[in-house]
Amino acid sequence: MSTAPVPASFVPGPEDPAPGPPHYLKDGTTVRSWLLTVDHKRIAILYLVSVLVGLFLGGMFAMALRLELLTPGPTIMDALTYNRMFTLHGVTMIFLFMIPAIPAVFGNFFLPIMLGAKDVAFPKLNLLSWYVYVIGGALALWGMVHGGADTGWTFYTPYSTTTPTKVLPILLGASIIGFSSILTGLNFIVSIHTLRAPGLTWTRMPLFLWSLYGTSIIQILATPVLTLVLLLVATEAAFGFGLFDPARGGDPVMFQHLFWFYSHPAVYIMVLPAMGVISETISTFSRKNIFGYRMVAFSSLGIAFVGFFTWGHHLFVSGQSTFDAGAFGILSMFVGVFTAIKVFNWVATLYKGAISFKTPFAYICGFLYFLVFGGMTGVAVATVSLDVHWHDTYFVVAHFHFIMVGAVMMAFLAGLHYWFPKMFGKTYHEGWGLVAASLIVLGFNATFIPQFLLGNAGMPRRYYAYHESFQALNVASTAGATLLLFGFVIIAIYLVLAFRFGGPAGPNPWGSRGFEWVTASPPITENFDGEVEVTGTPYDYQEDQPSVRVTPEAE
Amino acid sequence: MNEFLRTMLFLPEQASSFAEQVDQLHYFVIITTLIASTAVGMGAIFFFWRYRRRVQDQKTPHVEPTVLIEALFVAVPLLFFVSWFVMGFKDFITLSTPPREAMDVYVMGKQWMWKFAYPQGPNSISTLRVPADRPVRLLLTSRDVIHSFYVPAFRIKQDALPGRYTQTWFTATRPGRYPVFCAEYCGLTHSGMIGEVVVLPGPEFDAWLADQQRGLADRQDAQDVRAERVEPEGSMVEQGRVLATSQGCTRCHSVDGSNHIGPTWLDLYRRRELTTEGKAVEADEPYLTESMMDPKAKVVSGFDPVMPSFRGRLSPPEVAALVEYIKSLRSDRVVLPTPRRGKL
Repeated sequence: MSTAPVPASFVPGPEDPAPGPPHYLKDGTTVRSWLLTVDHKRIAILYLVSVLVGLFLGGMFAMALRLELLTPGPTIMDALTYNRMFTLHGVTMIFLFMIPAIPAVFGNFFLPIMLGAKDVAFPKLNLLSWYVYVIGGALALWGMVHGGADTGWTFYTPYSTTTPTKVLPILLGASIIGFSSILTGLNFIVSIHTLRAPGLTWTRMPLFLWSLYGTSIIQILATPVLTLVLLLVATEAAFGFGLFDPARGGDPVMFQHLFWFYSHPAVYIMVLPAMGVISETISTFSRKNIFGYRMVAFSSLGIAFVGFFTWGHHLFVSGQSTFDAGAFGILSMFVGVFTAIKVFNWVATLYKGAISFKTPFAYICGFLYFLVFGGMTGVAVATVSLDVHWHDTYFVVAHFHFIMVGAVMMAFLAGLHYWFPKMFGKTYHEGWGLVAASLIVLGFNATFIPQFLLGNAGMPRRYYAYHESFQALNVASTAGATLLLFGFVIIAIYLVLAFRFGGPAGPNPWGSRGFEWVTASPPITENFDGEVEVTGTPYDYQEDQPSVRVTPEAE
Repeated sequence: MNEFLRTMLFLPEQASSFAEQVDQLHYFVIITTLIASTAVGMGAIFFFWRYRRRVQDQKTPHVEPTVLIEALFVAVPLLFFVSWFVMGFKDFITLSTPPREAMDVYVMGKQWMWKFAYPQGPNSISTLRVPADRPVRLLLTSRDVIHSFYVPAFRIKQDALPGRYTQTWFTATRPGRYPVFCAEYCGLTHSGMIGEVVVLPGPEFDAWLADQQRGLADRQDAQDVRAERVEPEGSMVEQGRVLATSQGCTRCHSVDGSNHIGPTWLDLYRRRELTTEGKAVEADEPYLTESMMDPKAKVVSGFDPVMPSFRGRLSPPEVAALVEYIKSLRSDRVVLPTPRRGKL
């Protein structure tokens, strides 16, 4: 799919219903019609293509890193290249892939449909957010090609302000991308408040929207702090203001406080939408109402709220006071509790269900396991005394990859497979889907469980060369990463084939009660061919159809 | 059991008193995590096996949770997480409270090596020699960017920050050699910034220290590094005394207990004072360092904020020497640390 940014070659199948307005993919096929579109679905596709480019680049950087770490000494690159490479890997994966992946692709596509609306509240702002993202991403990529920073994605001062490598384009690129995230968040909040169809009360709202609402709050409140702090680093690097230089009255640790004030909540910008996807899919594949809807919905807001008060757990060994460490430690536990509420409710949703083990369900199982293991090791690293040993080791690397790559990627893939028939009107090969899912779940475990052990053994992160005693686990991790790569290659192949040759999906292939499934597959530009009225919840399997009534408009 | 779990988890050997303590919690946390994630995974698989879909449009019951169930969903994880926290925070308080009798060593990180200085005079690069079974406190700073002093076998780690001192401590329990890593990314040769802690039995350490103090040049570890060269002869206290005069400190700070323009240095170390803002401060190493770098931040009540900043005028070893000198000024006793054994 990443090979076809403009599906101009899209050939409508003979099975497409002839009458009625054309679906959104056929409503204009020129490049111009794509680049100037204000249709939220087309913007979602633009985002999909761009985040997949980000995923591809970030993945290639990751494979290069894993190859380099096969041997204790130099393997395929020198130390400077390695240091640039892990910076690029982090920056691309986080800013170009993880943060926009679920909200900007699936959020953009399905938020208006789930609201029963024709589009988001500010369609032009929505398009602007994509351009801002592309400009920021292009600037960052340009910086990577011309020099590339070697600071790590965390840009810790005073290293980042004194390194001889070029940090400016990447800092500016990342702060520009931040604006795209703010615009999307703003759009979503306003849309949820103002565009809900008649009958769509807050407690009937799909849980995906609750999670996007929580995400948007974080995006609006926290992202400006990132923009600010990255610009401060940029000005210091460019003009030497001395803001973070202790020799001139600055404070290097202040950077860490500001940076993590955004970057810790940013984890929830990535994880909350993932949790929303799981709520949607787990209900569909078990044909059951979500167990404890309110608890799941409110815990999204709980995570968004508490997430703002945990940033100090990144600074336990930075010289922060013992009292602060305790306060941030206990507050971090609450994120764990809110997450646990969701996990228990999801598992309880399966109870007495009618479960169908399709590809998205395989990813749900992977998600649950990665989230619990990654989440609990997260609570473990927030346990102050344990963090002293684990801080900045591979244990932390493994923990956040379990959450961000394990859990979030599982949800992204679950969402991609779940909504692919809706977005493109085609079905993919179920057998290959399951093969790829098993490869990916196995590959993730094989990649990152050795890294937990490496961290226990004391291998610090961002190490180009390491002690020979760490080699066996590093080789195991690289082998796992290779499995993972195979999984992604298989997915890319069968999804591209499905896009080109897949059979017709029909409006509701999973038999879901979600509101998005009452539209045609793919939906028409206006989403619904009439006025929408919501009569129940999107998880009501006592009904035979989704609880949405569409009344054709009287011409 | 301890040994079995330690090996299974790839943890390094436990060479400090803190390591033995914190590993118990590590086992508890990891075992709970493994059980919980397996239980959730197995639970999902069990439900799938028990409730797999048999017909396409199978009907399912509408199940809503009871209050009890939701309360359990909150209470059980809360109970576990809070108990982890309580145990972990207790250990952390131990780690952030060095015993008073601890021996001090000054640690300076720079791209890309560790430098150690003992108040008694000796200094060394990359190799930190410490006695077994005696508490050692490290006072860390950095000459350039942030580094992090990490001894996996001791389970301790502390960032070394430019412009200020941070501290950590340990009691090594097993004589041996243990690697020191830099855990905070610091540039090109970050992964090569490796040092070593050599834990010596107490008497051997004392003998080594005495040898060093005797100024046996051929047994000095110190290499002549121009920028932060510290004269091997003369303890840090003596260097501090010289600096106090040459930098003009003694023009305002007396050492005999009389207050002049600034507070007297006699008995200043660990004295609790009130600032002009009415806050209590203890004159410990971080405070003394801060007062040299940013004198107006916390002015002792009754004095005018007239002291100039010595930021950029004092190098980290010089600050360390001044702090040691201030610590040595006691009216009740002379705390010039001397080796307990071995002849001078």
